[in-house]
Amino acid sequence: MSLRTPLSEVRGHGSAKDGTHHWWVQRLSGVALIPLTIWFVFSVACMVGSDASLAATVVGSEYVKFSTWAAEPFNATCLILLVATSFHHAQLGVQVVIEDYIHGALRTPLLVAIKLLAVAFAVGGILAVLKIAL
Amino acid sequence: MSAQNRPLSPHLQVYRWQWSMAYSILNRATGMALAGGALFLFCWLTALASGAEEFTAVQNFAGSIIGRILLLGWTWSLFYHLVNGIRHLVWDSGRWLDLKSAEISGHISLALSIVLTIAVWALAYMV
Repeated sequence: MSLRTPLSEVRGHGSAKDGTHHWWVQRLSGVALIPLTIWFVFSVACMVGSDASLAATVVGSEYVKFSTWAAEPFNATCLILLVATSFHHAQLGVQVVIEDYIHGALRTPLLVAIKLLAVAFAVGGILAVLKIAL
Repeated sequence: MSAQNRPLSPHLQVYRWQWSMAYSILNRATGMALAGGALFLFCWLTALASGAEEFTAVQNFAGSIIGRILLLGWTWSLFYHLVNGIRHLVWDSGRWLDLKSAEISGHISLALSIVLTIAVWALAYMV
């Protein structure tokens, strides 16, 4: 039996992982997503609803409507922020789920893959918005 | 606190079902669903950047029965995760941590998420 107290066993090793950083960034991105997602969902809902009959008759009018909307500087800015923050927040969440449920050899490759994929999709989404807007 | 006395995480097989537990699981499940939703957002934006033909294809999929079910699921997932996320922020501030408050705020989160989902879909269909 060790005579060391439990506290002395852990003291001096620092944080086991990344301290409160993951927790804090998760809250921060979550807070940012509150206005961004509400804006996005209600904007799209309003546009889907407007002139639905027109969309049925004129081919590509949906495309013109949405691309004109996405090209507005304010909308493009919000879309870029939405894409970047969504994939960042999603990566943080999926990471914790993998850490909780996946054990063994697959764990680390999955954690790496999720992080790289999140960045790739975020860059792709941002590029799409830039192409529409510029 | 010694290692033996630390609270154990719930084992689903032996734990009695409680509201707070169900709401917690739901938060994680909706979060995972929304990760899929983010992928659809990527597809939607990429299609919009690619041209009318590609965008129409994605819009047609979104308008199909499967597409509408998915979008409805994502809309509700978003609002549940959003409202429940605010509930988490309140907990982070040290408030509503007792069982009664956690249960009531959970019920409110679920109710609000349903109301907001109906509001968005009503807007989409009626405007």
